Amino acid sequence: MNDSIIKTLSVAFAVCLVCSLFVSFAAVNLRDTQNLNKINDQRVKVLQAAGIYDEANTNIEEQFSVLEAMFIDFSNNQIVSVIEGLDLDSYDPVEYSRKDGFFTAIPNDEDIAIVKNKENYGKIFILRDENNSINKVVLPIRGYGLWGTLFGYISLAADLNTVEGLEFYSHKETPGLGGEVDNPRWKKIWIGKKVYNNNKNVSLEVIKGAVNPQDQNIDYKVDGLSGATLTSRGVTNMLAYWFGESGYKQVLENLKNG
Amino acid sequence: MANKYKEILIKPIIAENPITLQILGICSALAVTSNLTVTLIMCVALTSVVSLSNLFISIIRNHIPSSVRIIVQMTIIASLVIVVDELLKAYDYETSKKLSVFVGLIITNCIVMGRAEAFAMKEKPFPSFIDGLGNGLGYSFILIVVAVIRELFGAGTLMGVEIFPLVSNGGWYPANNLLLLPPSSFIIIGLLIWVIRVFNKEQVEEKDFSLSKHDVSPNYEKREINV
Repeated sequence: MNDSIIKTLSVAFAVCLVCSLFVSFAAVNLRDTQNLNKINDQRVKVLQAAGIYDEANTNIEEQFSVLEAMFIDFSNNQIVSVIEGLDLDSYDPVEYSRKDGFFTAIPNDEDIAIVKNKENYGKIFILRDENNSINKVVLPIRGYGLWGTLFGYISLAADLNTVEGLEFYSHKETPGLGGEVDNPRWKKIWIGKKVYNNNKNVSLEVIKGAVNPQDQNIDYKVDGLSGATLTSRGVTNMLAYWFGESGYKQVLENLKNG
Repeated sequence: MANKYKEILIKPIIAENPITLQILGICSALAVTSNLTVTLIMCVALTSVVSLSNLFISIIRNHIPSSVRIIVQMTIIASLVIVVDELLKAYDYETSKKLSVFVGLIITNCIVMGRAEAFAMKEKPFPSFIDGLGNGLGYSFILIVVAVIRELFGAGTLMGVEIFPLVSNGGWYPANNLLLLPPSSFIIIGLLIWVIRVFNKEQVEEKDFSLSKHDVSPNYEKREINV
């Protein structure tokens, strides 16, 4: 009886119908909360990278409003507030680095951090002081570690050279080894380090082992993560790429000169 | 009657544990046990999926044509898993990021399918629900034990709270990084199976074959001489 074709088809149809209604009901009802979570998660990371996140204040939108978001037009390395067809608040450079027409493939010899595709429009967050001059900037960075791409934000002080904070919001590194990129102690080491040396070359790197306190280049060196050489190297490459010629170097120059 | 339900609930926790006796659901047991918080969320997710899928499958068990029964079971399980995943993304975004694909992989978890096939297709809805709950708890029990061992000795923390201060943070405990890697849970589960079988002799499988007795015959020396 159960195995007649009519019965089989109708049971299959009924099960599919009920299940799909159930799933879409859940998906539609939860979508807003999920999107808000995603956006707030990013906002918290940006605030943390800038070192201005207040854990006690749960109104993330309000905390975030002190930062001014801007587009980076990589075609001329200028900072602009409007780009035709893109919404500044919700624009996610990582998402657009995969969208047709919005990215440029990076030539293999330049792609030291294995970023593969670079978005045509980047994003920068600027914190201004009372005189409206730049106090801090936060820039998104990403690059390959050991198991996958690390995504994060790095913030620079008013001189656009001194690191103010580093924060990864997504990575696949081994917990306890490469995953220590999230260790607050390690992240604290970054504060005060310098990205460019006097010749304007990217010199900041994660070394193997601990930095010798007598080292004269101490400003450009960060302790390596023990047991995570490849992750450490990935972070170094990421900095070299994003602060190099094909990354933010010109943008920061232009920003400095007004 | 109440005793029967109690038995259905309690049995899968140690006596018929899905992981240590039936060796099912090992994949996620390896993947999500490096941090206790993540493990607990995963246990709640799996327990709710397996008990609810058992319930729903049992409700319609008399109408499921045997030719498409696996697909029907899968559809119900998959829908439940998607909903659990969506709920996690909405209400515990941090953990859902850490669990990533593993919530989705509950669909392929053998425990869920196994209980649907072995129990829910034959029994009434309520006992099926209890059976799912029991198996979920059995799975959770093993995962929690593994996660406590791995996180405590691998990272010196429990649910992210520092228990043993690590040498790298200025404390005294040198972390055992092996425990943070998936193969360590294989070893821990193996040891658990051993311990359980020491106390629960009936779980010990019969040997596939026995070694024949080694015979040191008096001829042995003679043969040597002949050569």
